[in-house]
Amino acid sequence: MKIAVLVFPGSNCDHDAYHALRHVLGLDAHFVWHKEDRLSGFDAVVVPGGFTYGDYLRTGAMAKLSPVMGAVRRFAEAGGPVIGICNGFQILLEAGILPGAMIANESLKFICDTIYIKSETSTGPFTHEIPSKSVLRIPIAHYQGNYYADRETLALLESNEQVVFRYCDASGNVSTEANPNGSVANIAGICNSGRNVLGMMPHPERCSEEDMGSADGRRLFASMIRWLEEKGR
Amino acid sequence: MKEIAVTTELARQHGLSGEEVDRIGKVLGRDPNFTELGIFSVMWSEHCSYKSSRVHLKKFPTKGPRVLQGPGENAGIVDIGEGLAVAFKMESHNHPSCIEPYLGAATGVGGILRDIFTMGARPIALLDSLRFGRIDHPRTRVLVDGVVSGIAGYGNCIGVPTVGGEVTFDECYDGNILVNVFALGVVRHDRIFRGTASGVGNPILCVGSKTGRDGIHGATMASEELDDQSEEKRPTVQVGDPFTGKLLLEACLELMKTDAIVGIQDMGAAGLTSASFEMASRAGTGFFMDLDRVPQREEKMTPYELMLSESQERMLIVAKKGREREVHKIFEKWDLDFSVIGEVTGDGVGRIRMGGRTVAEIPIVAVTDDAPVYNRPAARPEGQDALQRLDFSALPFPSDLSETWKRIMGCPEMADKRWVYRQYDHMIRTNTLVLPGSDAAVLRVKGTGRGIALSVDCNSRYGFLDPYVGGMLAVCEAARNVACSGAEPIGVTDCLNFGNPEMPEIMWQFRSAIEGMAKACEAFQVPVVSGNVSFYNETKGKGIHPTPTVAMVGLLEDVSTRLVQWFREEGDLILLAGADRNAVELGGSLYLNEIHGKVSGTPPEADPAHEARLCGFLRAAASKRLLSSAHDLAEGGLACALAEASVTRPAGPMGARISNPFPESIRADFAMFSENQGRALLSCPPEKKAALLATAAEFRITMKELGVVGGSAIEIEGIVQVEAQEMKTAWAGGLAGALGFGG
Repeated sequence: MKIAVLVFPGSNCDHDAYHALRHVLGLDAHFVWHKEDRLSGFDAVVVPGGFTYGDYLRTGAMAKLSPVMGAVRRFAEAGGPVIGICNGFQILLEAGILPGAMIANESLKFICDTIYIKSETSTGPFTHEIPSKSVLRIPIAHYQGNYYADRETLALLESNEQVVFRYCDASGNVSTEANPNGSVANIAGICNSGRNVLGMMPHPERCSEEDMGSADGRRLFASMIRWLEEKGR
Repeated sequence: MKEIAVTTELARQHGLSGEEVDRIGKVLGRDPNFTELGIFSVMWSEHCSYKSSRVHLKKFPTKGPRVLQGPGENAGIVDIGEGLAVAFKMESHNHPSCIEPYLGAATGVGGILRDIFTMGARPIALLDSLRFGRIDHPRTRVLVDGVVSGIAGYGNCIGVPTVGGEVTFDECYDGNILVNVFALGVVRHDRIFRGTASGVGNPILCVGSKTGRDGIHGATMASEELDDQSEEKRPTVQVGDPFTGKLLLEACLELMKTDAIVGIQDMGAAGLTSASFEMASRAGTGFFMDLDRVPQREEKMTPYELMLSESQERMLIVAKKGREREVHKIFEKWDLDFSVIGEVTGDGVGRIRMGGRTVAEIPIVAVTDDAPVYNRPAARPEGQDALQRLDFSALPFPSDLSETWKRIMGCPEMADKRWVYRQYDHMIRTNTLVLPGSDAAVLRVKGTGRGIALSVDCNSRYGFLDPYVGGMLAVCEAARNVACSGAEPIGVTDCLNFGNPEMPEIMWQFRSAIEGMAKACEAFQVPVVSGNVSFYNETKGKGIHPTPTVAMVGLLEDVSTRLVQWFREEGDLILLAGADRNAVELGGSLYLNEIHGKVSGTPPEADPAHEARLCGFLRAAASKRLLSSAHDLAEGGLACALAEASVTRPAGPMGARISNPFPESIRADFAMFSENQGRALLSCPPEKKAALLATAAEFRITMKELGVVGGSAIEIEGIVQVEAQEMKTAWAGGLAGALGFGG
């Protein structure tokens, strides 16, 4: 399985995603420079975290203009699995591949912590092996992770079951106290209507090994592998 | 362009003494022009020349079987086995952070990271040692917020985790905070690069950001006391751009995979001047540079400004002749500026041209080797004896020991630093196995089974009362912290923060602290491979406490043997290592300062030979997997170590009950908070006890079994008892609460 890990100027979780995919899961991961305009031969795409263009403008606002994003859009439209993590999620939002927007955390501080999320759906390449209502322990690290969508968009997301993850506490309660950044409806991750594109603020690549304090993130990638295998059959 | 006339007054404004101006005339054989005066003034500044410290820095042990690069380069390098090494250094950014906290701290991070990757190393960790004024000082809140945001702003963006450090508060830093930043990178032995300009005819390249007028005379500012006019020096604070820093990092590491370059150096303090002269000095060559070719972001910059600018995110590279295109292609890929600005010459002279004429022509040795070296007079301050006098018996006994215990655990110095490190990305690069909050951070080295443990320490109250002992104890504590994580201390870097070296009392503090540190390093057989001196940390004539900050790097050959400081299993036994150290030692203690408002007495006894044995024991016990946890005893003594082992446990506090290891004749409050050094609080499964005691005996470490982990309370039998959850609440809310930032 050949997986693309995109590299934009300022990407900084690219190495971590590559490590998790290649060295932990044994996949054929490759870095793809943002000036490439094709993604042919790849089975899945990771848009990693970081500070593309320093986040000096709105997060992701510059990166969405890179040539590779045209290829990502085509790849996604063809049903290929795409996961945007943290800044990668922000880029997918800016590119309009996923709906909604990010604003600064309620605390107006960068937050790096390990929190809990609850899966809300088990459809789609990254979650179909994770039963709905599972609680995952996973790190976050962001300044602009406060997800926002207007009422209509939100209603649509809910009715289509496009909300994939919500922030919760260790026992799975979705509450204001368990919401680290102020995201509307505790949203930590969403997918597109085709369900093949997932955007999430928490970092599954940071918790793919027991040594890192949690290996829950590996479940998303393991899911992806099974999904690709089944599709190939 | 009209040349500004060089006068004695102008030289004085550049921070040069009359004697130094005469010296310039002598080494140059003529009077300097304005540009040359600028070059001399920054190169001979305390910050660049180490003129007051050099004679004493020689006392540090700098050699050892693991040392691949000692002091004198951008960073020191120590072997960690399997063909890998770590490059590390610590640097101060005190004055810029006092004036403009966000940018001062941010550029401190950027600068130290460039020092690491110029050596060819991929940076994998940052630490910060931060010292602010008293918590209720009107500027403290703003400074804390600015400095922490600045470190986060740069470190998070460039993608290097900030994995630990210290944050303390003391009145002596009211007008002069300390921001010391440490960085460490991993490099293969055969990929180490150095800042050398060798090979006559090789091109000199300026890469990275364009040069502007920011930061001119940053090095000189760092060599002066702060005063009311310091605010006006805001333009001398550099502006950091972590995004460009990230591009430069990736471009340089990509470039270093080729063999197209011979030397590389960061343009840090004193910018193009120090990079060019130092690189030529190391190679014994000269250079020619045409300043018109330096990429500029402002118009009409003068040669003086171009040579002295401290614009950030720039590198000076000496490439192999004919390989310029290869280098250019890499910098083009990363959208960075690139220009061939000169070449290496063989005549030992730095020749700088602009607008078709020579603007400076200085023999390299004149600014480097011929820089003044001072053995400044040193004298023990008159008040030192009075400071060391302390009558314990006169101290009032606290009315409520459990309240006192909670108060100390919740004071800003001891309290949970989560509010700070939650703002730092401490997990990126997925190497951090022990996160902030334990004695040392532990990182794995991917591709090996090895690990690196890191700690930065200094108790400046000890240094104030006795700088020699304070210097020793800073090294001992840092080593103990690293050993408590199961690692062997293998290298030291330091930031020596002191007042005005022209005052004999300050020079005495400085000399004594270095001698103490050197003595301790020798006992541990740990070399000092890099570091930095920061003098003139005073405001309006009031100096800080001597603060020799020590960063210790430790190695775990098997990272799976790492330890944490908190209790892990109910039923584990609790033991004290170093239990024979049981005289009352309260001088300079946190208890004395926090509860009785005194900084006096003599600091605890330092015994580096004992500490080295203790570290050897801890490492042996860890590698045999005999321990569940190990925690160093430091500020707040036994009571605070016990409370910390309980409340810092990430999964929630765990109770413990121990007996009092001190003789019954000793007052309860003294037993709780006495800061005897060379001790560690250990926990182990009962079945491991015999093997643990046998290991301790091999290292001649006295052990005492104190109690058992478990229950809901933390208790020292017959003295005090507090519910663990209650202690956690006091500790967790202490810092953010005192700063008024809320949770």
